[in-house]
Amino acid sequence: MIEGGVVLKSLAEVGSTVLYVLIGTLILEAFLYLVLMRWLKYRYALPFMLLAPAVIGLLVLVVYPLIWELNLSFGNMSLRRFKNWEYVGFTNYVRVFTEPVLKQRTLWPLLGQTVLWTLINVVAHVAGGMILALLLNREMKGRGLYRTIIIIPWAIPQIIAVLAWRGEFNYEYGFINVILQRIGLAPIQWLTTPGPNFAAMCITNIWLGIPFMMVILLGGLQSISGDYYEAAEIDGANGWQQFWNITIPLMQPVMAPAIILGTVWTFNNFNVPFFINQFELESSDILVTALFRAAFQYNRYGFSAAFAFVIFIFLLVYSIFYLRATGALKGVR
Amino acid sequence: MATTTVPTKQKKSFFEGGREDSPFKRLLIHLALLAYCVITVYPLLRIFTVSIRPGNRLLSTDLSLIPADASFESYRIVLFDKPLLQWLWNSLAITAATAIIGVILAATSAYAFSRHKFPGRSLGLIFLLTTQMIPSAMLMVPIYILAIQLGVVGTYRGLVVAYSVTSIPFSIWILKGYYDTIPIDLEEAARIDGCTELEAFWRILLPLSAPALAIVFLFNFTQAWNDYLLARVMLGAQETLLTWPLGLQRLQAQFTTLWGQFSAGAILVTIPVMALFLYTSKYLISGLTLGSVKG
Repeated sequence: MIEGGVVLKSLAEVGSTVLYVLIGTLILEAFLYLVLMRWLKYRYALPFMLLAPAVIGLLVLVVYPLIWELNLSFGNMSLRRFKNWEYVGFTNYVRVFTEPVLKQRTLWPLLGQTVLWTLINVVAHVAGGMILALLLNREMKGRGLYRTIIIIPWAIPQIIAVLAWRGEFNYEYGFINVILQRIGLAPIQWLTTPGPNFAAMCITNIWLGIPFMMVILLGGLQSISGDYYEAAEIDGANGWQQFWNITIPLMQPVMAPAIILGTVWTFNNFNVPFFINQFELESSDILVTALFRAAFQYNRYGFSAAFAFVIFIFLLVYSIFYLRATGALKGVR
Repeated sequence: MATTTVPTKQKKSFFEGGREDSPFKRLLIHLALLAYCVITVYPLLRIFTVSIRPGNRLLSTDLSLIPADASFESYRIVLFDKPLLQWLWNSLAITAATAIIGVILAATSAYAFSRHKFPGRSLGLIFLLTTQMIPSAMLMVPIYILAIQLGVVGTYRGLVVAYSVTSIPFSIWILKGYYDTIPIDLEEAARIDGCTELEAFWRILLPLSAPALAIVFLFNFTQAWNDYLLARVMLGAQETLLTWPLGLQRLQAQFTTLWGQFSAGAILVTIPVMALFLYTSKYLISGLTLGSVKG
């Protein structure tokens, strides 16, 4: 069912937005051209003109909101005090560390849960992806077909996959409990008890994340020359020794960035915890869903701004530590 | 493309390297892969199964893939009685605009990063990397409040601009990596022949970068197409304005009554997306690994 009026309205809105962006860009470029190129004859006029639209976009939509959020984190804005909020100093930050962040959960258990969530998922993604990549890295019948089927979870929209999984975790009608009962086991209350709910989140996310790792690792495996294995074979190394002494070291350049990315993505993963749980159990929240809940369910804007910066600091510390350890920033030339 | 032929050549040398698997080992490998394929596909087939259950047998513990009394009732309902097509249209309009703006902004900026040295260049690249670490939920509070103050809540304006800007950093990284692999000699030759620098960029570099531009377009597109969070914050509750993720989530929230309709909608949304993804996955993957190898 489509309503003509709404279609026209959305077209007009989207079209005019594109038009405004284009006109804005043209005015900006003309201005920069006159000032930098004609008037100042600046050496770097051209790169700055090329960068200007993206830079302004990022300033307006990323940098400015972040500064504004920092400002907000020192205030007591909430739904009741939306217009007339006041500065309250570091109260919000003190509260993040000392009071429950949600109704009952405090910060440190949440952080612990998030670290556990990240660890379980990344380890499972890498291990599962590696096993599948090793199995597929050979000449065999149906190799392309297997590969295509295995990357399907990556291909479908994440929200659909997660919502479908949520349906299947239903106590009575989901296929997991039905199968458990058929083989004589007790059904599990996936959606209403804390432990199984966390397990359900992990199962869903592992299922979703393995294909990406598999593809990246398979690409890495294929670039390792067969000569190494041939030489190892002549020296009498068995498969296990070949794996640890040839495959793993040579895969480092592929694995290190994939693991960093995977860790940050999993730490920040919103869709899976949010849609499996849908704000029912507080015990299943990880930091980012707790942040969303604090802001948009409990409407504590000032408090959640402070909470957001605390989370960002955790991530920053991890990244600096990891970048130091691996020297992954060498790529910035 | 050169990058896709190299692995196959090396793969051959890997097989020539010895290691013939015994038939028993082969059988085990096939069994393991088959088992994993079942794990992958079964939950998805279940969506289809539920979508063709007739309304009065929606809730059942039946595990057969095609129920005895299959019906396409749920498809009829989501297509003609529910605003699914409207939601898809909304998503498509927003997404297409986003992807176009995003690709244009990223293509020019990446050119500056790849072909020019200027003050603040490495700082800029590090900044682009840092933005990738910001949890999306973190930006929601200020963006939501700013959107209220600007009066763009409940319209697509803010959404289009926000989507196209947030995917710029990643797009720039991918495109810069690709431009770096194209020798500058070609552009220099064109300039000797009398092209200006921008003409050389437009006529030489951009056409040669078509695969990377396609990847970035696709990335921008899927990013906006699959987004739930920002759309939920920025769009109001009016049913006809929703994008498809918001709409489907509404159907799923009424699990017991609308599971079949949710599943039918999910199938209709997924099939084209999945086909597009599988069709382009070869390029997508080579683009991703290229970016990581080049750093």
